[in-house]
Amino acid sequence: MKWDEFFVLGDPMIYGAMVSIVAASMAIVVGLTYFKKWRWLRDEWLTTVDHKRIGIMYIICALLMLFRGGVDGLLMRGQLAMPENGFLDAQHYNEIFTTHGVIMILFMAMPFIIGLMNIVIPLQIGARDVAFPYLNAVSFWLFFAGAMLFNISFVIGGSPDAGWSAYFPLASTEFSPSVGNNYYAIAIQIAGIGTLMTGINFIVTILKMRAPGMTLLKMPMFTWSILITNVIIVFAFPVLTVALALMTLDRLFGTHFFSMTDGGMDMLWANLFWVWGHPEVYIVILPAFGIFSEVISTFSKKNLFGYKSMVASMVAISALSFLVWVHHFYTMGQGALSNSFFSITTMLIAVPTGVKIFNWLLTMYKGKIQFTTPMMYALGFIPIFTFGGITGVMLAMASADYQYHNTMFLVAHFHYVLIPGTVFGVLAGFYYWWPKIFGFMLDDKQGKRAFWWIAISFNVTFLPLFALGLKGMTRRTYTYSEESGFGPLNLLASIGSVGLAIGFILLVYNIYWSFRYAPRLNGNNDPWDARTLEWATHTPVPAYNFAITPEVSSVDTLWDEKLGKHKIFKGKLEEIHMPNTSFMPFWMAIAFFFWGFFMVFSWWIPAIIAVIPIVYFLFARSFSNDHGFHISAKELEEEEKKLRGETK
Amino acid sequence: MKLDASQPLEYRTEENQLKILGFWIFLGAEIVLFATLFTVYFVLENGTGNGPTGKDIFQISGVLWETFILLSSSFTIGIAIHAMRMGMKKAMMTMMTITLLLGLAFLGIEIYEFFHYVHAGAAITTSGFTSALLTLLGTHGAHVTFGLFWGLAILLQVKKHGLNTHTANKSFIFSLYWHFLDVVWIFIFSFVYLKGLM
Repeated sequence: MKWDEFFVLGDPMIYGAMVSIVAASMAIVVGLTYFKKWRWLRDEWLTTVDHKRIGIMYIICALLMLFRGGVDGLLMRGQLAMPENGFLDAQHYNEIFTTHGVIMILFMAMPFIIGLMNIVIPLQIGARDVAFPYLNAVSFWLFFAGAMLFNISFVIGGSPDAGWSAYFPLASTEFSPSVGNNYYAIAIQIAGIGTLMTGINFIVTILKMRAPGMTLLKMPMFTWSILITNVIIVFAFPVLTVALALMTLDRLFGTHFFSMTDGGMDMLWANLFWVWGHPEVYIVILPAFGIFSEVISTFSKKNLFGYKSMVASMVAISALSFLVWVHHFYTMGQGALSNSFFSITTMLIAVPTGVKIFNWLLTMYKGKIQFTTPMMYALGFIPIFTFGGITGVMLAMASADYQYHNTMFLVAHFHYVLIPGTVFGVLAGFYYWWPKIFGFMLDDKQGKRAFWWIAISFNVTFLPLFALGLKGMTRRTYTYSEESGFGPLNLLASIGSVGLAIGFILLVYNIYWSFRYAPRLNGNNDPWDARTLEWATHTPVPAYNFAITPEVSSVDTLWDEKLGKHKIFKGKLEEIHMPNTSFMPFWMAIAFFFWGFFMVFSWWIPAIIAVIPIVYFLFARSFSNDHGFHISAKELEEEEKKLRGETK
Repeated sequence: MKLDASQPLEYRTEENQLKILGFWIFLGAEIVLFATLFTVYFVLENGTGNGPTGKDIFQISGVLWETFILLSSSFTIGIAIHAMRMGMKKAMMTMMTITLLLGLAFLGIEIYEFFHYVHAGAAITTSGFTSALLTLLGTHGAHVTFGLFWGLAILLQVKKHGLNTHTANKSFIFSLYWHFLDVVWIFIFSFVYLKGLM
């Protein structure tokens, strides 16, 4: 292999990216050395098994990936702003829409949600940590290794360019000869294994570690949504594991799963991908529904309307999510009967979703609504998401879909569900739970300013795409002619995307400003006057979460305590068992990263060598006698006094 | 640590119970994984291209031996867990050793079988059918291989530390894994080999 095949050369933007990667890495190394923070990095972060810290690391990665994916989006809008624009060539454009899709779904939405669930779930159910803290660290570092591997593809070897759905035969070595799709197959595989482990971990945590008194139907709605999400993860991700493994075999070893010759079947990939891919979109939307339920209930000062119907509709959505995958390719010739079946199942999903929308509206009905930043996102979500949902029902009609298929109408539709749904959801959660983690609030005025920029610009960006799609503009085309008449609406959409970028910059500035200047809560554990258990403990939360095991009597258990109906902390301080930190998950993920990198380039001997440390770490864990440590009742009492500000 | 003496050793601590439930859920994920591989196999079963069909290459004698050996190993690991619950360390270790040896014999026959397939013109790159067949069998075989090393690691720990809540928990979870591989093999035997020979 020659150097010009290894590094991506010849494009000034890529050179810029290389320089910035090297510069940023050096700045981090120099900064850590200058401020003598290496030990802090190792002890507090790289070796941590604390769910709160792991959650924070997930969210930091998600925000970084949001900007990487966002820049991809801006580049696409830059290219499409004018007809026959020469800003990006076809190949570059293909790579960018592929990485935009993969990064936004798998390396932005997923870690943001997993980060929030890591931070919130144990607190919300009154647990000291997740069921398997070590495995949780392994999950995070595998995700991190996968994300890094995917991201280096655009400077080393070339990015995948066959779309985020990577349909065969386009994604085969015949039509995509660069290593780009090897990155796709292997990087997502590594991250996906981490996600599967997270799924198992959280199902066990939620099923077995709830505080006494918290029956399943007394769980907060966010916990419910995460339980259902993780069930979907456990049943959907193995399909992706297999699909990616078969893609790897086809591309690296010349098997015939998805080939056009020798008995392979290209449509097998499309089916496998969407059998995972459709549940995946519910994996990223259900937690957002959970967050909105918490936020709307808290800021309406009312309990959630229709709790049981909320749970039932989420269960229904999760079941239906496995029965709709064919609607992604109605036009690919499976015949009227199957199309009709999947048309009906797809439309059925609108029913439980509609139930949820009405429940949120009725929760707000006659409530004392407080217009805080998280509530603004929830209020923005309802109308915009409904718009996205209704266009989804339009797309669900198989016969009509022959018109919409592969057009900008579809692009507009899924951005109209994913942005107000998932992105608004995680941002609402981000603002809502921020004070719980950091002990101060993000500035509300600045938060609302960012919200308005994001909400308005979002509509300016994506509303024109509906019209463009109906006029016949196809997606994934890097340019269009002037005679097509697509120019003005595209320009409008591109202007909107700049507004979105400004909105997100304002959001980041809000974080920076609040870090420096926002007033600290100083022992105020419950700044939102909230309803659930996570607000009952100290802010910021101590490593052991709850000094005394809480006892739960209702869904809104903290609210009921405020009303004097019961007492949450009745027991006395007892010794607490804590897990030890470990460096092994981090090193194992590094080994996975190198294994993946060598596999991408088919360097077999180094790849085999990289497997050795992975196996070593697995067995070292089995043989290690790591039973954690204990915090005695006396230490706990002193720590609690300190946290209450009684001693210095 | 709270100990619940009414439970068998492997369930006795809270941590142990979490691990067993977690492993059951992991097996749920494994079922989906193998179900997907079976689906891929059924889809590509007739995609033989210019290569051989199942009827051309399958040999019932080796498969019967594999089946017999793996089913016996499921029986022996069952006895091992029974012995473990009765606190019989030596019997437990013996039965577990036999289990691993049977697993090794299974793997030996499977590797021989793979050589036979390749020799008969059915390499993994020959056709959609051979790709799907060898990937399904190979994934099961890789699970058995991993199980051999894992079982050996547990055996060494039982030898060193005796039967306590930790080693009992690990052994029990290993037995679940081993039974699961057996169940998968029954499906392979029925729906790959018997169906293919019909």
